[in-house]
Amino acid sequence: MLIITCPWCGERPEIEFVYGGEAHIARPTDPSALSDQEWADFLYNRTNPKGTHAERWRHTHGCGRFFNAVRDTVSDFFVATYKPGEPRPDLSQDDAK
Amino acid sequence: MSDLLFPLSTLAATAPDIPAARLSALPPATRLVFRGREAAIGPAGIAFGAELPRQACRFKRSGDRLAAWLGPDEWLLLAEDADPAALIAEIEPAVFGLPHALADVSSRSLGIALEGPRAAYVLNQGCPLDLSETAFPVGMVTRTVFAKAEIVLLREAPERFRLDVWRSFAPYVWGLLEEARRELA
Ligand SMILES: [Zn+2]
Repeated sequence: MLIITCPWCGERPEIEFVYGGEAHIARPTDPSALSDQEWADFLYNRTNPKGTHAERWRHTHGCGRFFNAVRDTVSDFFVATYKPGEPRPDLSQDDAK
Repeated sequence: MSDLLFPLSTLAATAPDIPAARLSALPPATRLVFRGREAAIGPAGIAFGAELPRQACRFKRSGDRLAAWLGPDEWLLLAEDADPAALIAEIEPAVFGLPHALADVSSRSLGIALEGPRAAYVLNQGCPLDLSETAFPVGMVTRTVFAKAEIVLLREAPERFRLDVWRSFAPYVWGLLEEARRELA
């Protein structure tokens, strides 16, 4: 079973968690100033990378909190997890795969 | 009590006695959920009678009062011998004006105790957590899953666990625990 490290509870089985989509997408401060294309990008268009991806997870059957994770979309390896509000960790030097 | 009020009464009355993993239905208890910001946490614990632990996944007990960490701003308050309304009336004045929520969830769940040298083994038939004493020591509590049901799991002693199960899931969890421990009879 895949083990995910909750920033509060520590290492937990995957089935306690729910995926929450790509992380670090801020709601535009003035939506009415956006073009339809820009609004569609905010709502629907995601980076969908092959490799490391910053995404939201929720420890639903645990502490109930949302947090962020960097996961490799090829290997499903969780490179890092961190609390909401914290910046995406710089993993450019990290060879972890 | 009737099965409508207490869905485990028939199951508990007919459960075989298996010393390796004893299963028992716990009496009804008062349960409150407290959620609050920093300023309200300390006073709430003092008024409740058991300190609200700040360390993740730990519970503190004082007499018949038990405060269990469920999340960074969320605690389950258990009191075996208290009236929910009276308990709320004791806590509310202590946190008056401080951002918080205090809800009576006494009827939401039922308590099950599992005790014996093979208690952890039986729990692991439906719960994937590492229940060794180093990973899940006495005094630890967490919300987790047992098969398809969400439970709150507390380790009260090396060989004694308490499960808090949502009322409608209780017969399901009981049945699976019963099936898991049958091989130990
Ligand atoms: Zn957690």
